Amino acid sequence: MFPHHGTGADPRAGRRGRVMRLPQGMKLGFFLLLAPLALWLCLLVILPHIDVLLISLRVKIAPRQYATGLGNYAEFFTEPLYWNTFARTAVMSILATALTLLIAFPVSYYIAKVLRGKMKNLLFLLCLIPFWVSELVRTFGWMILLRETGIVSNLLQWTGLADGPVEMLYNDAAIMVGLVYTSMLFMVVPLVTTLDSLDDSLIEAGYDLGGNGFTVLREIVVPHAMPGIVSGCIIVFMLTLGNYLTPTLIGGKDSLWFTEQIYSQFITRFNWELGSAFGLLLLILSSVIVWSGLKLSRQTFSETMG
Amino acid sequence: MPSTEADLECRNIVRRFGNFTAVDDVSFSVPRGSFFSILGPSGCGKTTLLRMMAGFLDADSGDILIKGGSMRGIPPNRRPVNMIFQHLALFPMMTVAENVAYGLKRRRVPKAQIGRKVAAALERVNLPDAGPKRIDQLSGGQKQRVAIARCLVLEPALLLLDEPLGALDLKLREHMKVELKELQNAVGTTFVYITHDQSEALVMSDQVAVMNQGRFEQVGRPQELYYDPKTAFVAGFVGDSNRWRGRVEAANNRGVRAVTEHGLPLIAAPAQDGTLAAGSGVEIFVRPESVILARDEARIESVENRLSGSVQSLLFNGANSYILVRDARTGGEVMVALPQTGEFADLNEGETVHFGWGREQAKCFPTTAPAPTPAPAGGAE
Repeated sequence: MFPHHGTGADPRAGRRGRVMRLPQGMKLGFFLLLAPLALWLCLLVILPHIDVLLISLRVKIAPRQYATGLGNYAEFFTEPLYWNTFARTAVMSILATALTLLIAFPVSYYIAKVLRGKMKNLLFLLCLIPFWVSELVRTFGWMILLRETGIVSNLLQWTGLADGPVEMLYNDAAIMVGLVYTSMLFMVVPLVTTLDSLDDSLIEAGYDLGGNGFTVLREIVVPHAMPGIVSGCIIVFMLTLGNYLTPTLIGGKDSLWFTEQIYSQFITRFNWELGSAFGLLLLILSSVIVWSGLKLSRQTFSETMG
Repeated sequence: MPSTEADLECRNIVRRFGNFTAVDDVSFSVPRGSFFSILGPSGCGKTTLLRMMAGFLDADSGDILIKGGSMRGIPPNRRPVNMIFQHLALFPMMTVAENVAYGLKRRRVPKAQIGRKVAAALERVNLPDAGPKRIDQLSGGQKQRVAIARCLVLEPALLLLDEPLGALDLKLREHMKVELKELQNAVGTTFVYITHDQSEALVMSDQVAVMNQGRFEQVGRPQELYYDPKTAFVAGFVGDSNRWRGRVEAANNRGVRAVTEHGLPLIAAPAQDGTLAAGSGVEIFVRPESVILARDEARIESVENRLSGSVQSLLFNGANSYILVRDARTGGEVMVALPQTGEFADLNEGETVHFGWGREQAKCFPTTAPAPTPAPAGGAE
């Protein structure tokens, strides 16, 4: 029973037997703990994606007749509207991410480094509060503000800055406002966390050794906050690229967002094959952009998420 | 060598936080090339004072002059002053060489010159090969040296040090004390060092200011503070002391006769000029090393204060060995340093010894607190 233990007369032998079984028990616990994650990954992420991949490789040759091929992907590249929408969505998402970073960084710096105690928590909470209502309601809020008969339009007419009603919805700027607003919190949280961990004396040392505000920011604050910046950007970019509600509601019919294309293929055109191909292309696009973003900022994925 | 020209001069500096006065009308000057320490307990205002010199805080009133120029309204990045922070504040995102080069880059020194200066600075702190290393690859002592090199490469008029040795372990701290002092001698930069550790201040400094509750109690050479303290706070804070509170019974120009609150009569010398009136409250300090210890009562006959008692505890620590003796008359404990001659190597706990000290060794300071009435003498009398 104890091949590594020569003395069978050891009085602790019985206890050792129990101790030796412990790793097996730990293994069972480990798998039990892993099970929910594994199930979730398999059933909700991996299986649907395999299914989507298989559907996207089916080409309709006649009603209810399919052949395997890359025809759906070929259609994407031959139809300018599709890849124009695709490129436009990517560029707009990158721009929205950059704008969100530009706005969120000073806000986060102020919360993390300038404010102390109660005010700090209060301001952080203020960033959080809009997220207690659903994205739909928040987007409608912007529509109430920006539409032709909306508050901003009326205000402009009342002050005499505009002669007639001004339509501010259904353009790219409005979409951008909506996207940045929706994403703010997801940039502020990682930034505040990393900036909080920056020792104040590093900033003081930066000034003490002759740096000014700009050089201290460039040489000390931003390099320190880099993991937070990158993880915030990844989250915001993914959310924006996959956003359906905001571009559709604020941008209207002409918003040309790629998720809308996928929706219309699946629901309106009932062309699941092309829709699946679009879905996979969007996944590849976001992966490529995130990967090149990490390469450009010389960060690794594990460093950013760790 | 320190010259008479002042590198730093503080004139009537006051700084308040709300109702609390952190620095209360402090004036002093530090001669060029000297090592000046500000010694005080935590919360005495020394860090506030240092941060005002560095420019991170403004004084409510008063002026700080560095090399004769007023620093009023000048931000930290334009002062000819550099600071070694308590936790060093090395930039973890840069290599050692980049850390040292940081200040030079801000001054737009040409690249080739930066490389030469960084190499020379690292050479000076004995880390010639550390340039490409990351900060987290360095040991505690090496980090200290990089922090010093990062400041000295800028050739500041004044180097401020905010308790940089506090985080080191004891052995390394002892070593760095000597190293810092030697470095200061070699480069000749004026150092202003703040600490709560009296040994750091005494070992390294040319001049020490003892600070308490926002004020300077005394400024002087370490020897002056040790042998000739001007206030009760300095006597108690610098070095070890036996301390009694008592009341003056009689005084003349040679000394005072006082009785402690436990009824022990002592002959002491006033530490300050002026006379102490009979009946006024006093504090009396006697250093453990100025107490003469004898087994034979006749050997201490020459000193004014003579006591005897039994040894309570032996605190043997090589050169810093002490015994606690319980005074037979009052039952109070007196700390006595063991002489280095080995004469008392066989001393045991419980043994009766005679001990005493001269009038000049007992420093007597007036107290502001009301004089305690002498308690009735114990049964031993």
